[in-house]
Amino acid sequence: MHPALDVELISVTKRYGSTAAVENISLRIPRGTYCCLLGPSGCGKTSTLRMIAGHETISEGDIIINGVNVSDLPPVKRGTAMMFQSYALFPHLNCIDNVAFGLKMRGVGKAERRARAGELLSMVQMEKYAERLPAQLSGGQQQRVALARALITRPKVLLLDEPLSALDPFLRGAMREELKRLQRELGISFIHVTHSQEEALALADLVVVMDHGVIVQSGAPREVFDTPATAFIARFMGGHNVITNGHGAFAVRADRCRIAPPTANEGLPGSICSIEYLGAVVKVGIATEAGGQIVALLPDDQFFAAPLMMGAPARLVWAPQDAHPVAA
Amino acid sequence: MNRDRRGPSFYILAGLFAAFVLFLYGPIATIVILSFQGPRGGLTFPMNGFSFHWFHALFQAQMVGNFGDAITRSLILAVMVMAANVVISVAAGMAFRRRFTGSTVLFYLVIASLIVPSILVSLGIGLFFSQVGLDPAWYSSAFGAQLTWTMPFGLLIMFAVFNRFNKSWEEAARDLGASPWRSFREVVLPIILPGVIGIALFGFSLSYDEYPRTMMTAGDSNTLPLEIFAMTANVTTPVIYALGTLTTAFSAVVIMVAMTTMSIIRRRRLAKL
Repeated sequence: MHPALDVELISVTKRYGSTAAVENISLRIPRGTYCCLLGPSGCGKTSTLRMIAGHETISEGDIIINGVNVSDLPPVKRGTAMMFQSYALFPHLNCIDNVAFGLKMRGVGKAERRARAGELLSMVQMEKYAERLPAQLSGGQQQRVALARALITRPKVLLLDEPLSALDPFLRGAMREELKRLQRELGISFIHVTHSQEEALALADLVVVMDHGVIVQSGAPREVFDTPATAFIARFMGGHNVITNGHGAFAVRADRCRIAPPTANEGLPGSICSIEYLGAVVKVGIATEAGGQIVALLPDDQFFAAPLMMGAPARLVWAPQDAHPVAA
Repeated sequence: MNRDRRGPSFYILAGLFAAFVLFLYGPIATIVILSFQGPRGGLTFPMNGFSFHWFHALFQAQMVGNFGDAITRSLILAVMVMAANVVISVAAGMAFRRRFTGSTVLFYLVIASLIVPSILVSLGIGLFFSQVGLDPAWYSSAFGAQLTWTMPFGLLIMFAVFNRFNKSWEEAARDLGASPWRSFREVVLPIILPGVIGIALFGFSLSYDEYPRTMMTAGDSNTLPLEIFAMTANVTTPVIYALGTLTTAFSAVVIMVAMTTMSIIRRRRLAKL
């Protein structure tokens, strides 16, 4: 057992009947890591999180948390705490009693647990709402309370199931920063399930991309974004063109592509089929002669210095070092 | 010009509704009015004065029948049915959240007793008791017979309640260290409490006025509905109306107490603000 790891998954499999939701995955999460499990819906990321939490049994394999094999332990004995997707705040309890619930179950006296709960509510800037019921709070406020409730038992690992997906875009950005700040301050590991690659890139120290119940790539965000291992990952992470030629498939970032005149003797020929102004960049789509569509993201000044016309023939070009081979 | 003028459909539907209300409450109103019949009045209109004579007579010794004992039996039985109904329905509702072997069959078995004519259930249970050599009684065979009537309703209410119950509440409780019992006690029960009170009310009121299922199963001692029915054949004074008024008022009080309790609970939760 590895002392410098918060969580280790060893060949973990989850089967429902004969179908495997998670198949033989292994993962090591070092101490104090912000880890994002990323993938499309049905990829097994939530099942994995729930197995770590102990809300789902493990069909095969082991889960080690902080050096202890917790595979057969109930959630409370694992040193984890979970924040549920819908927050799952108890509707009949006010904020302070919701947050104090974990301590109440551990037999902590009323005065002490309310004082501790008050501290945690202050930590998430919700002390003013202590006496409110969950139904009287906005989504963002409910989430803060849920966060405080999960943290009151001083977990070694916090598990977050799609924590930001129910929030509007502005709030999502603010909460994202706050999650990262909390994780840094507490120094514990966060395991955060998301289907948003943007969220994963912004937050994670370790991005784990899953598909069809297996881990397809894990690594630092830049590593995953810059050198996607497969065509699926390149497409899922977005911002990439996946191009197949005689030697196989490779991925090249759309913002590293340029548009060259049709007379150039490099790159991929086609005609311009879409132009979208996105503010800082302009997204230019090119329909290739082979029938696919590829994209270049051009800085706005560069685009408007020499505007392109819809339907005009053009070539998409890139520097050879920007093309990364990917498995199909 | 008033553009929101009501069309003919409003008046047709309003008329229909008024007829419905009249049909529903007309008989009750008639009985309540007649129960205040003067001492010389009869079972029908016209009113021959106004008095509390028949209410007074109700508590005197009767020529036929004995209200006091029948009411006591009915109340005890209703409370027994209410308690058993709550415990069984809540437990079954919890169990039916998961599919288990035979769950569908079991569900239809429970619901089937709503479809089987009440009198047959009553007859069957009565026969069964005499077959095995037990005397039917209001607290044993009638208790069981009434449960076959109240339990399916209780179970269906629990289904509706758990339909809107978020399973992650329980998972969150377990995650925070609650034992299964404490998770039920501190999280599940408070959340489903309004539904549970509803089941209790259903159990109580369905039992309290149940006639057909009690008929063949009550044994020697009558419950209130049986007593009233027996009396309709023999009693020829408005004392029976006085009884009807009192029992109706009693049911209304029970329901109002329950509603008030629920609204107090709700208000107290909000008052914690």
